[in-house]
Amino acid sequence: MVTLKKLELAVGVFVALGLAAFFMLAMKVSNIAELGEDKGYKVTARFENIGGLKIRAPVTLGGVRIGRVSGIDLDPRNYEAVVTLSIDPKYDQLPADSSASILTSGLLGEQYVGLEPGGMDNHLKNGSTLKLTQSALVLEKLIGRMLTNAAAGDQPAVKTP
Amino acid sequence: MIDGLRRLGRLALNWLNRLGKATLFLLRLLGALATLGKRPGLVVRQLYSVGVLSLPIIAMSGLFVGMVLGLQGYANLVDFGATSTLGTVVALSLVRELGPVLAALLYAARAGSALTAEIGLMKATEQLAAMQMMAVDPFARVFAPRFIAGFVAMPLLAGIFTAIGILGGYFVAVKQLGVDSGTFWSQMQASVGWIDDVVHGVVVKSVAFGWVANWIAVFEGYDATPTSEGISLATTRTVVNTALVVLALDFVLTAIFFGV
Amino acid sequence: MIATVAPSSAAPPDERPLVTVRGLSFHRGDRAIFQNIDLDIPRGKVTAIMGPSGTGKTTLLRLIGGQLRPDAGRIEVDGACVHELGRRELYQLRKRMSMLFQSGALFTDLSVFDNVAFPLREHTRLPENLIRTMVLMKLEAVGLRGARSLMPSELSGGMARRAALARAIALDPTMIMYDEPFSGQDPITMGVLIKLIRTLNDALGLTSIIVSHDVKETASIADYIYLISDGSVVDHGTPPALERSSSTWVEQFLHALPDGPMSFHYPAPPYAQDLSLDEEPSLD
Repeated sequence: MVTLKKLELAVGVFVALGLAAFFMLAMKVSNIAELGEDKGYKVTARFENIGGLKIRAPVTLGGVRIGRVSGIDLDPRNYEAVVTLSIDPKYDQLPADSSASILTSGLLGEQYVGLEPGGMDNHLKNGSTLKLTQSALVLEKLIGRMLTNAAAGDQPAVKTP
Repeated sequence: MIDGLRRLGRLALNWLNRLGKATLFLLRLLGALATLGKRPGLVVRQLYSVGVLSLPIIAMSGLFVGMVLGLQGYANLVDFGATSTLGTVVALSLVRELGPVLAALLYAARAGSALTAEIGLMKATEQLAAMQMMAVDPFARVFAPRFIAGFVAMPLLAGIFTAIGILGGYFVAVKQLGVDSGTFWSQMQASVGWIDDVVHGVVVKSVAFGWVANWIAVFEGYDATPTSEGISLATTRTVVNTALVVLALDFVLTAIFFGV
Repeated sequence: MIATVAPSSAAPPDERPLVTVRGLSFHRGDRAIFQNIDLDIPRGKVTAIMGPSGTGKTTLLRLIGGQLRPDAGRIEVDGACVHELGRRELYQLRKRMSMLFQSGALFTDLSVFDNVAFPLREHTRLPENLIRTMVLMKLEAVGLRGARSLMPSELSGGMARRAALARAIALDPTMIMYDEPFSGQDPITMGVLIKLIRTLNDALGLTSIIVSHDVKETASIADYIYLISDGSVVDHGTPPALERSSSTWVEQFLHALPDGPMSFHYPAPPYAQDLSLDEEPSLD
């Protein structure tokens, strides 16, 4: 029992190290602040095509992250993708006529939703819908259109579905 | 043909028999946990031998694994000009898979085998029988404290492994290969989720691995044939079975949490 | 099978045997270790259970200690049927009996002092200075007070057994079971152990059961002897009575004759047949 004190000390240090590791994983590696993400207000946007957008993808405005994609669904009546955005409540002054586009960070990076502020005085609030949207650029279709354009000379571009 | 089938049948029955024994053992062990509240010292002592003494190998391995991830990730990403995502690659690999899995495998080799050998030797030298004859329940005095200490130590070790691994990756990426420090961390932070990656990866997995690794280690010791050959067999079985179960369980948990 | 005198319930409590075994049978796999055995262990005496190796003497101690369950029969210790007790009651009973294992079974991670203190710390809430006093008293009784800070790995075989003995008497039990206490000991250690077992028995008012095949040493301190072979009691009596026994088996065992009713050979098919001498040599 002589060494019990030293032993307890060593175990104490071990447990503290373990907790410190998780603290680092929480604060530095992951973004624990996003736990409160669901407190954000929900805005929906409809797209023809969302490309490779995933749940939890960032929502940015002017390059600043202001929220995350919290849900992706398909409207079975008009076959549009319905994307739910969860936006940090501290950005509650966004104009109601803001537009959303699906963008790609870099050539191969992940896709995210970029907002462009509109000019209205009304603000987006929980349950609002973004009217103006621009779908994701799908690389294959883009290339296909370029090829058709080249082949057809100056004929009008084939309309993409 | 018939002989082969019969052998297969016997194997299956033996396996079921051992599984049943192990389950009964676990139930009795859990029943003995209540008495530990009065004797925290027993758990602290075991935490020292399975936790503190495993720290060096866990820390060193974590560091090297992280550094290797940094190097390999960089070598692959640099062709696409995507080294800015190196932090994400290192962190996600460690947090979701390598941290909990490697920590569990190292734990089985370092602490699990020692647990089995210690308990098997206590059985072979009649220490467990002597304890019973002194009206001391080995489940309360020997098995439960070891199980619970290992169960507590495993997530802590996995957390330490992961954190040190990420620091190792940081060291290689930022200090050696010149990736921008701010990009490294911010890209990581942007794509690693607390619940989705850290909790479902490191925490849930290491808790599950800690449960099975210590269950196997303590049970194999208790079930060991009390001879030197039996103990060495039991020790081997602990390491092999833990490795197999951990990897299989990892697949299941990955399919649940990270599957599409 | 020699029947022992059944305990009469009219006898005063102290006259009744501490342990009574009636009709005990025990099998390990297909092998019968005991078949319908009756035994009585009188209070305050040293009773020896002797027999050739492999006759399950250690198994008998484990049956009495409740670590094994008999297939048939009853084992009563101080009126309580050991194998019918729940775990709690069994543990209560075990506090009053203790066992000295063949290897000593000291806890290898504890010092001699802590080994002896172990049962006290587990079962009592005595302050540490009182435990120290009691441990030193027990160690003094076995002559190892000076060795209290040694670890079990630093002890000789005889010292380990004495330390284990000190641990066995730590809780002042009513009964001690010795499993082969003399095997593998040098003559001096053996003499020390013999004297210890006898003096502890008399000084502490213990009931002792010795399981052994060391005839001379055991007979010198036993008050009563049971001889067991092939799963049954061959003979029993006081050492002088057994010495006068007419049984050739008892004679063979007590005087260590190599052959006799106890065959030198393990049961085997005829030698010639085993060596294939009576078969045509096969040509392949």
